[in-house]
Amino acid sequence: MGVQDLERGGLVEEAEGSYPVDGVAARFVARPRSVSEASQVLAAAAADGLAVAFAGGGSKLGLGNPPERVDLEVQTSGLGQVLEHAAGDLVVRAQAGVPLADLQAALAPAGQWLALDPPEPRATVGGVVAANASGPRRLRYGTVRDLIIGITVVLADGTVAHAGGKVVKNVAGYDLAKLFCGSLGTLGMVAEAIFRLHPLPAATAVVTVQVESPTEAGRAVQRLRRSVLEPSAAELVVGELGWPGRLTVVFEGIQPGVEAQAAAAVELLGQMGQAAVAGPGQTEAALNQLGALPFEKAEFALKATFPPAELAGVLGDLVGGRLHFGGPVSAHAATGVLWMASGLREGDLPADSPAFPTVVRAITEARERLAARGGSLVVVKASPELKRAVDVWGPATDAIGLMRRVKERFDPDRRMSPGRFVGGI
Amino acid sequence: MDRQALIRRLEEITGPQGVISERNQLRTYECDGLANFRVIPSVVVLPETAGQAQAAVRACHEAGVPFVARGSGTGLSGGALPVSDGVLIVLARMRRILEVDLDNQRAVVEPGVLNLQVTKQVAPDGFYYAPDPSSQQVCSIGGNVAENSGGAHCLKYGFTTNHVTGLEVVLPDGELVHLGGGKAPDPPGYDLLGTFVGSEGTLGIATTVTLRLLRKPEAVRTLLAAFEGTDQAGDAVSRIIGAGIVPAAIEMMDALAMEAAEAAVHVHYPEGAGAVLVVELDGPEAEVAHQFDEVERLCQEAGSTTIQIAESEDQRALFWKGRKSAFAAVGRISPDYYVQDGVIPRTALPEVLRRITELADERGLRVANVFHAGDGNLHPLVLYDGEVEGQEQRAEELSAEILYTCLDHGGSITGEHGVGFDKKQYLPKQFSAEDLDTMQLVRCAFDPDGRANPGKVFPTPRLCGERPGPRRVHPVEQAGLAEVF
Repeated sequence: MGVQDLERGGLVEEAEGSYPVDGVAARFVARPRSVSEASQVLAAAAADGLAVAFAGGGSKLGLGNPPERVDLEVQTSGLGQVLEHAAGDLVVRAQAGVPLADLQAALAPAGQWLALDPPEPRATVGGVVAANASGPRRLRYGTVRDLIIGITVVLADGTVAHAGGKVVKNVAGYDLAKLFCGSLGTLGMVAEAIFRLHPLPAATAVVTVQVESPTEAGRAVQRLRRSVLEPSAAELVVGELGWPGRLTVVFEGIQPGVEAQAAAAVELLGQMGQAAVAGPGQTEAALNQLGALPFEKAEFALKATFPPAELAGVLGDLVGGRLHFGGPVSAHAATGVLWMASGLREGDLPADSPAFPTVVRAITEARERLAARGGSLVVVKASPELKRAVDVWGPATDAIGLMRRVKERFDPDRRMSPGRFVGGI
Repeated sequence: MDRQALIRRLEEITGPQGVISERNQLRTYECDGLANFRVIPSVVVLPETAGQAQAAVRACHEAGVPFVARGSGTGLSGGALPVSDGVLIVLARMRRILEVDLDNQRAVVEPGVLNLQVTKQVAPDGFYYAPDPSSQQVCSIGGNVAENSGGAHCLKYGFTTNHVTGLEVVLPDGELVHLGGGKAPDPPGYDLLGTFVGSEGTLGIATTVTLRLLRKPEAVRTLLAAFEGTDQAGDAVSRIIGAGIVPAAIEMMDALAMEAAEAAVHVHYPEGAGAVLVVELDGPEAEVAHQFDEVERLCQEAGSTTIQIAESEDQRALFWKGRKSAFAAVGRISPDYYVQDGVIPRTALPEVLRRITELADERGLRVANVFHAGDGNLHPLVLYDGEVEGQEQRAEELSAEILYTCLDHGGSITGEHGVGFDKKQYLPKQFSAEDLDTMQLVRCAFDPDGRANPGKVFPTPRLCGERPGPRRVHPVEQAGLAEVF
C-alpha cells in the first residue's frame, strides 16, 4: 500500500501547513492518530520510496544540515495522549505529540514533573527526545538520556519496536531509547516515551552575582562546583554590550534547605562580587527568564560545548574578544554549554555579502579553539547557505564510520531526514 | 588459523606471560560469578594495554574466532561465560587510573580498575564515584560498563550509564573508536555511548573509560527501621516517596535474609522483625536534617517497631555490610541458591511478594528477599539443596515463575545483573520479535559477524545478512537435517 491509498483514506494529504525545513518543503503531510497509523504511514512511504521528516511543535526544525529531500512530513500532533501516569512509581508514559508544557501541567497536581526544562515553548515529548533538548536544570537532573526509561519507535519500514519499559531500573536488551535521543529523525520516528519523574520542589531560592570578566565568571563557577552546594542551575548571561555578566544560581528543595544553601552561596560568591539572594518578586522574574535562548531574531546562533573547567578560557576566546559574534550569550555555566547569537539580525547576512566569508572564517576559528579545549561547536540556527558553508555539526570524530553503519541498518534506503545529521547522515 | 597459530599470534602481542593455554590453568576462567554454567575457553589472553587489547581483538577477527571479554568475573548472569572455541580476553591487568581531573570532575581509567578503587583514589579530595554494586570491592569498571551496573544508591544517582561520559572501544573487527564527549557534554552524533553501556560485551570491548566524579555530599544520614512484615515496610516506602523525598537509598530485607546476614556479620537486627528497611538520605545538611526527621516519622506511621539511627560512620557501615553481604550470607542457611534480579513497579511490591510466597509454598521451597525497594528491583534468593532429588529443578522453575510474575506486573527480568547467558531465554517474554530484531540492527552495525560474546543476551540472533520478515523454514531444516530448538 502506497501513500496514495492513504491519501484516499485521509491519513495523508497534500502538503499544506507543513513546516519547510531549510526551504525544503514536503509534498505530503501525515498526522497519524495512533502508533499503528504511524506504522501504516511509514510503510506506505517505504513502498513509494518517499523521504520522510518528522515534526512535533516545529521548534527544532532549524537544527541540522539542510535535508537533501523531504517528500512526506509526519507530524505528531495527532499523538497527543498522556497514556499513563503512575504517580506512586514516579513514571509517565506519553505519546510523542504531547506538548511538554501540557505534560508538566498533567503531572503537577501529583506534585511531580519531568525534570526537563528546554526553553522552546512549543516543545513536544517526541521533539525533546529526538532533538535532545535540555535546559538550565540539566545541571542537577541530567538530560533526556538520563530520564527516559522506555521508548516506542516506528522504523523506516513501518516496524513498531519498543525498548526499555516502565520500570526505572532495567538492563534487559539494548538501550534503544538512548540511541534515539538526539537522532533527529534519522533513524525513524519516536512515537511514545516513558520517563522517570521527580518531585516538584517545594521551595526555590535564587542567588545572583555580577561577574566582571571571563576569569571572574570562570572562578565563580568553579568555586560553586567545588563546594558542597547542590544548585539546580547556574546560568550565565552576557548581554549584547558585553561584560559584566550576570550569574544566576538556583536552589530547589525544601524551604530550610534552599535558604541555607542560598546563604552559603552568597558567602562563597560574595568574595568576588556583589552576590545577593533575590527577593520574592526578583526570584519569579529570574526564573521566568532562566535559560531563555538569546537568538530569536538573530541571523545565526551557535552552541559551544566544552569541559566545564574551560569556561573562563572559552569566554575569553568567544565573548568580548576578537571572535565575538556580536549578540547576547547565555550559558549553562557549570555544565559546559554556551549559546551565542549573532549581532546580525535575520536576513542581514546574504550569501553574497562581503561579511559572509568573514563569518564563515570566524565560525571555523571558534570551532578550532573549542576543539583545542576538548569541546565542539554546533551551528543551531543559520540560513541554508551558511549551513552549507560550515557544516552545522563540525568535523566528525573517529566514530563516524560506526554511526553510518548504524544508520544503514536502521534506514538502508536513506529516507529518514536524509542529510540532516552529522557527517551527512 | 589453527589454535596453535592463534596462540603464537597472541603471545607475540602480549608476551608469553599474557597467554594461558594449558587446560588446567584455563579452568580458572571457566565461569564468572554465576557458577551454574561452566565452559573452558580455547585460550585466555591478558592484555596490559589498550593497544594489546586491540591487537588481540584484531587477531580474533583475522582468525575468525569469537571472543568474550572478562573483567573481575563477578557478574551474576553468566555474561563472561567463555565460549569453548573462542578466546577469553581478560582485562584485569589493565588497572591504571590514567587521569584524575577534579576541576572537570572526571576520572579516566582502564577497564580492569576496581570500582571501589576509583572512590578511594579521589576520596581525600572530597569526591566519589557513585555507582556502588554490592561487589564494588572486587568488580571492575569495564564489567560495570558492560552490565550497566547499579547498586544501592541508584534510586537517587542513577546507574553506570549515567556516570560514564566517554569510552574508547575496540570494535569486534579491531577498529578503535571514541564514544561520548568525555569531559564535554552533548557531543554531536548518535549516543553510541549510551547504546554501548549495558550491551553485555556484545558490541566490543571498552579499553578506556571516562567516569563522572561527584562531590561528596555535605551530610549523610542512615536509619534502620524494623517492621512486623514486608507489607508495613512497603507501606513506609510508599509514604516516603509520596512525601516527595528522594532518598539516596531504600533497601529492604525480609526475615530470612536478615537471619542469613545476622549469621554472617552480626548487625543485631531487632528480634522478631519480619522486615527491615535501610533508608539513607544525603545532600545539603539543612535539607537532610529536616527530611530525615520526616522519614523517621513516616516509618513510625507505617508501624515501624524499632528505629535505629546510625550514630557513627562505623554503625552506618554495619547497616550496609548487613545488606551488601546478604547474597553471600545466604550460603550459611542454605547449601545452594539462585539469585534473581527482577524488577517491578514499586507500588506492586506487596502483591508480588505475596505471590512469591505462594509460588514458593507450592513447591516447598524458601525464598529470602533482599531488594532495592525504592526502585522495585527485587533480589529473591531461591534456596534449595542440590543433593535433594528434584529440588534444583523446582528451584529453577520457581525462579522462572518469579520472573514471569515481574513481567505480568509490567516489570523487567533484570534490573542490574544483566541478561547474559542465564536469562536469555526469558528475553522474548519481555520483548516482541520486532523489538528483538530492532536491537539486532544495532548488533549488526557493531558486530556483523557476531563474534563478540556470542550466545549471550539474545536467544536466537538473526544473522546480519537476513532481512527481518516472517520466519521461513530453512531448507536444511526442511530436509530434516536440523531442528530448531
